[in-house]
Amino acid sequence: MATYAGRLSAPPAPDIARLAVRTTGLTRRFGDRTVLDRVDLTIEPGEFVALLGRSGSGKSTLLRALAELDHDVAGEGDIDVPENRSVVFQDSRLLPWARVLPNVVLGLSGGPGARQRGVAALAEVGLAGRERAWPTELSGGEQQRVALARSLVREPELLLADEPFGALDALTRIRMHGLLRELCERHRPAVLLVTHDVDEAVVLADRVLVLDEGRIVLDRPNNLPTPRAHRDPRFIEHREILLAALGVGITQDDEGNAEC
Amino acid sequence: MSATSTESTRHLTTKSNAGAATNLQADQRQTTRRRTRRRLAPGRPIPGYRLLGPVLLLAAWVVTSAVGILDARTLSPPWTVVTTAGELIADGRLQSNLTTSLTRAVIALVIGVAAGVVLALAAGLSRIGEALIDGPVQIKRAIPSLALIPLAIIWFGIGEGMKVTMIVLSVFVPVYINTHASLRGIDSRYAELAETVGLRRWEFIWRVALPGSLPGFFTGLRISVTVSWLALVVVEQINATSGIGYLMSQARNYGQTDVIVVGLVVYALFGLASDTFVRFVEGRVLSWRRTLAG
Repeated sequence: MATYAGRLSAPPAPDIARLAVRTTGLTRRFGDRTVLDRVDLTIEPGEFVALLGRSGSGKSTLLRALAELDHDVAGEGDIDVPENRSVVFQDSRLLPWARVLPNVVLGLSGGPGARQRGVAALAEVGLAGRERAWPTELSGGEQQRVALARSLVREPELLLADEPFGALDALTRIRMHGLLRELCERHRPAVLLVTHDVDEAVVLADRVLVLDEGRIVLDRPNNLPTPRAHRDPRFIEHREILLAALGVGITQDDEGNAEC
Repeated sequence: MSATSTESTRHLTTKSNAGAATNLQADQRQTTRRRTRRRLAPGRPIPGYRLLGPVLLLAAWVVTSAVGILDARTLSPPWTVVTTAGELIADGRLQSNLTTSLTRAVIALVIGVAAGVVLALAAGLSRIGEALIDGPVQIKRAIPSLALIPLAIIWFGIGEGMKVTMIVLSVFVPVYINTHASLRGIDSRYAELAETVGLRRWEFIWRVALPGSLPGFFTGLRISVTVSWLALVVVEQINATSGIGYLMSQARNYGQTDVIVVGLVVYALFGLASDTFVRFVEGRVLSWRRTLAG
């Protein structure tokens, strides 16, 4: 843990590429439909960026492009991403035929060292002692915590998360928000979190982007001190502006509903 | 129990003005209704329950032979078969022929299963592999092994090579078909995951493709084990000088139906035993699955 803390205070090395992510003119098409339209996106090392958008706005397409998972998708543009990156999906995507620890260290080279790192990563997400459990024996939240351990054990420079808490219940989601923030503050990867949940974006991110019809229509830094309270007027202001950018007009009534 | 009492309590409160007898009736109705509500999945496995069917079959044989419904000329009675088996064991013919047959079956199974898995992987993980392999395997599947034997004799002679080759050709097909189907059924999201964690191709095969296709592999293996015994009969009844099939075809020539039945019983016992063994291994290896098998 001490090493992580040390890394936190260390300034970014100047000789490595300054940016964690850079795309220029990123375009993706499915048939006649342009899903991403000349997107220019930069993410600083250690920066936590949330990407908001309605369904079909192209946010998952953008994430999959950055993860280089879009093999047969037509398009052009340059992508500059670190080789060392991890993806967290909406489903935990644990191999059902492997126990928890082999799932965490999947693809990690380095024998016993990898094992130790896997055990440590599991302890970090609060699942110490569950190394030999089968994925089906875990709850949804626990499975997603294993998925987080799997992505962070690689010490990624870039963490791509595609609605990672979308399938969890509200209480588990709040706990996972705390855990993710804590882990990111300790490991300092650049993060791109795709979500449709405005509150989640405001709670977690240093910067919030809104994607609409394949273009970034809003790029808004979020400097609220953590932990962020939903009742903070600045929080509410952030949320209103983001909701407006998403095309959801708020009347007094709606806001009242959103409050509870 | 607690659920029943809560429900009946609720009943009591809603029908508080009715007499005690009515309440008793209502209570009974509740209990019966609970009993008839069955689960859809089969219940817990009973120890040794798989033997029940074969034991009943054996009992039917004993009873019908003893009563005289089953004529000894149609099917030798169990006690004759036991006596004949005893004689065959005494003069060593059963053991030596059984050893020969078992050796052939095991060698052919090992080669055939390995070939089936390798071909299934090649066809399942690459488009070129599928284009080259899948068609010919389907063609082989459609050709009866018996029809191939005359050609096999010309190509491989009448020695062990021909026999093992013929069994291999029968054995690899079920393993191939089921492993391939299971492999193709692996969720593509796991392949995506394998890409994101940077698995190399052989790691992908070892960590994802093989374990993911194990359920199909075991189904194929169970069929293949039985098929190896079937193929054995066919090849041992043609141009053989040893083996259980040879023993049986000799008996046919001399009209010894009891010896034929001994051969059938041996096949039955080995078929059941090998299937049980494969199921046992399957249960251990696939313990991560939550299925109706229990």
